[in-house]
Amino acid sequence: MTDRYDAIVVGGGHNGLVNGAYLAKGGLRTLILEQRPFVGGAAITEELRPGFWFTTFSYALSLLRPQIVQELELPKHGFLPLLMSSRFAPTPEGEYLWFTQDHDANLREIARISPHDADAYEQYGHDMDRVAQVLKPLLDMVPPDPFSDDPEELVALAALGAGFRKLDKRTLHNAIRLLTGSAADFLDDYFESDLLKGWLASSGIIGSKVGPRSQGSGLVLIFHSLGEHDGSFGTWAFHKGGNGGFTQVLARAAQAYGAEIRLDSEVARVLTDDGRATGVALADGTEFHADVVVSALDPRRTFLDLVEPRELPDDLTETVRRMKFQGVSSKVNFALSGIPVYPQLADAGTEPFRGFLNIGPSMDYLERAFDEAKYGWYSAEPYIDGAIQSTIDPDMAPPGQHVMSCFVQYTPYRLRESDWDAERQNLGNVVQATLERYFPGFGDLVLQREVVTPLDIERVTGLSEGNIFAGELLAPQMFFLRPAPGWAQYRTPIHGYYQCGSGTHPGGCVMGAPGRLAAGQILKDRGTA
Amino acid sequence: MIRTTPFHERTSALNETGLWSHWAGHLAANRYQVSDKFEYFAVRNAAGIFDTSPLYKYRIAGRDAERFLAGMLARDIRACPSSHAQYTTWLDDRGFVFEDAVIQRRGPDEYLLTTAEPNYAYFADRIGHMAVTVEDVSLDIGALAVQGPRSRELLARLVPAVAEVPFFGITTGEIGGRPVTVTRTGYTGDLGYEVWCTTPDALTVWDTLWEACDGYGVQAYGLAALYMLRIEAGLLLLGKDFDSSRFAFNDAHRSTPLELGWAWMFKGLADDDRAFIGRKALEREIADRSSRWRMSGLVVDWEDYDRVYGAAGLIPPKAHAPVHEDWMVYDEGSQRVGYATSFMYSPVLQRHIAMARVRPDLAKVGTRVFLEFTVDHHYQKVAAHVARLPLYNPERKAA
Repeated sequence: MTDRYDAIVVGGGHNGLVNGAYLAKGGLRTLILEQRPFVGGAAITEELRPGFWFTTFSYALSLLRPQIVQELELPKHGFLPLLMSSRFAPTPEGEYLWFTQDHDANLREIARISPHDADAYEQYGHDMDRVAQVLKPLLDMVPPDPFSDDPEELVALAALGAGFRKLDKRTLHNAIRLLTGSAADFLDDYFESDLLKGWLASSGIIGSKVGPRSQGSGLVLIFHSLGEHDGSFGTWAFHKGGNGGFTQVLARAAQAYGAEIRLDSEVARVLTDDGRATGVALADGTEFHADVVVSALDPRRTFLDLVEPRELPDDLTETVRRMKFQGVSSKVNFALSGIPVYPQLADAGTEPFRGFLNIGPSMDYLERAFDEAKYGWYSAEPYIDGAIQSTIDPDMAPPGQHVMSCFVQYTPYRLRESDWDAERQNLGNVVQATLERYFPGFGDLVLQREVVTPLDIERVTGLSEGNIFAGELLAPQMFFLRPAPGWAQYRTPIHGYYQCGSGTHPGGCVMGAPGRLAAGQILKDRGTA
Repeated sequence: MIRTTPFHERTSALNETGLWSHWAGHLAANRYQVSDKFEYFAVRNAAGIFDTSPLYKYRIAGRDAERFLAGMLARDIRACPSSHAQYTTWLDDRGFVFEDAVIQRRGPDEYLLTTAEPNYAYFADRIGHMAVTVEDVSLDIGALAVQGPRSRELLARLVPAVAEVPFFGITTGEIGGRPVTVTRTGYTGDLGYEVWCTTPDALTVWDTLWEACDGYGVQAYGLAALYMLRIEAGLLLLGKDFDSSRFAFNDAHRSTPLELGWAWMFKGLADDDRAFIGRKALEREIADRSSRWRMSGLVVDWEDYDRVYGAAGLIPPKAHAPVHEDWMVYDEGSQRVGYATSFMYSPVLQRHIAMARVRPDLAKVGTRVFLEFTVDHHYQKVAAHVARLPLYNPERKAA
């Protein structure tokens, strides 16, 4: 059986859906193939217990590019980014920071712990906004190719350099310090409070095998600050129904433009003929044909699984083999019979939990949690980015009950002398015991627990080594080096075969930018073909 | 002396901000929590409760009540059966709008008119020989708006008939053993109801309702959230989007119902021989096409908006707090063709939106216009297109 399309997108994660939607909008007869019985990839929401909806993997709307919301008319299809109105960073000793939507009240909250840091926080916020303002345009551009002799590329490179020349010294210096240095060094310049530094440094380790004192954590820190919600830089939203709700919106938008989505369709390989892509073959042998095939999978799968490596230049396959994945993040998701209680805020109800809960009370805590990962084991006291999402979207759990998503680090993909099938439940115990230290009685609230290790992430979503960004966000794997030098413009050496996953520029998070930028390249190539 | 509403004991306990507005002589919570936007989302995604008691309320009753109101109100009240409510307006002789309001027909000869401003004399003085009484019951009745997608499910557990009540329908029941009237009305453009009770019953009704909502993500919401909701819903606000003709010093401050976008109220005018105040002027306006404006929605071009701020080196603000300023509207040729009266960033639409008057010939949906405001103390024009009100209109509102 064969069928013919203009474009076939392999993988119905958020980037595959974004890409397919743009291609369909651009007039291509587009087919999106998803291996699982539902779209979303790592951005899904599952009802694992009646009435309780779990964000199995990714759990917040992070860096989604606002252009995508507009260009794909997502509000028409139910796009609803809900406000996370609180942020809460407790310590087990009873000290805490609780931020609300009142900026001045937040400064007072910091001043309670450190009068110095209240003022410094203002400066830090402004400095980060300035750097974010400078870097954001990079998220929306195809990286210029410094290896090319094409005058267009040279012009683009020159324009990039000229842009940086316009910056004031402080902003440029901050940008370079963040892009090359550690989160700790950067934060130490502003703050004295351990709690505040631990909290802010947490954004520098998410999804990455770095500690806050490692070079590279600065880049992860600024990367996570590139998100925005309704124009507010550095803030994230929670989509109605979780990220599964969001990818359903994307699917509806894609379909509205005419894209076809086929579920339960695992692609075994990309078909080629004389260096050109001609279609795909599913694991069950079904073939679909198109001149354009786009892989939304990670670079390892895109270049080493879906096509024969011998069809590719050696330097590319070698770079992809060397690309660092080494996932260190897990999820532990809970169904809770009630709201956890922090003893010092016993009467606050759900209010402190209407946003992220940060279990990472100092830089030392985070660094120690990382130490264990260096030697092949998971943290005895892990960093946890929690979110009791039913306080923001009550449809996530039955009345009065809650779902809690816990993003956990560090849990290295490769364990020393053990494996995740053996350690899975103990990881759940470690996380639960950690939470118990902050919220006495937490364990009594637990109705159900889901533990998702890096191995599970890899098995279910296909993300190599469970790396949530489809390749680490480290400088040697960014911008015109992502996923490989010379192949950062979404094309591949195989004519008509493209890449659009988070392993391409600008990278991971539920951003959609790779899908969008890749679609732009494909449509441009077809226009000039 | 400022008054408090019958629910004040409860609303004041919930108001964490200590901020109150003065609304119709009453304290009205501006917002209960630090985040008005969180209250707003409760209405759009779960449900919210708003104390709407400060409204003026008039009981208009008697054998001739229908005939009386048919002559006073511009929209045909005879088309409103018992146990239904109607959004209506009343005009002066020259066809200019005094006010808009919702009137409930609670029985064949009994109405409750709720208004933003005092209107007792206006109605009472025009009874003449008809068998009608007008009674100011403003302080006798407490009112709570329960709005949002979960409102039906929550209220129906207390008043089962709510499950069946149609858009703008009315039903009755008991909450906490106290009689209430429930109308499927509101000022949010969402699925929603308003609960009406007597002042002495107010706290019991509140407590029962509040308890029934516990765990459902229901938030009390204040005026700040209300004003966001109503702009998305395309619902006009007296004193912001239009003024009462009664107190205007010139016609620039007056509006006709057609100019305010209410032509739909008069679809049956030709077949309706009713004499009502302002009819002749209205007919003339229709015949002569002499409307000066048409109230329209504007949706701002996001790329142009970003461009203007980006060029100034600024992060484009997306402020959800409504701005009620006269912002000029221009056509492609830089001719002034209207003005915006309410402007905001809409979280559900993900766009800056406005309610604006534009020249009727430019009121066609999709017409490109330019909205003027200042960036860095300089006037800037940003592209927008004309859209039909309401800009946000979920199916559940009337379903």
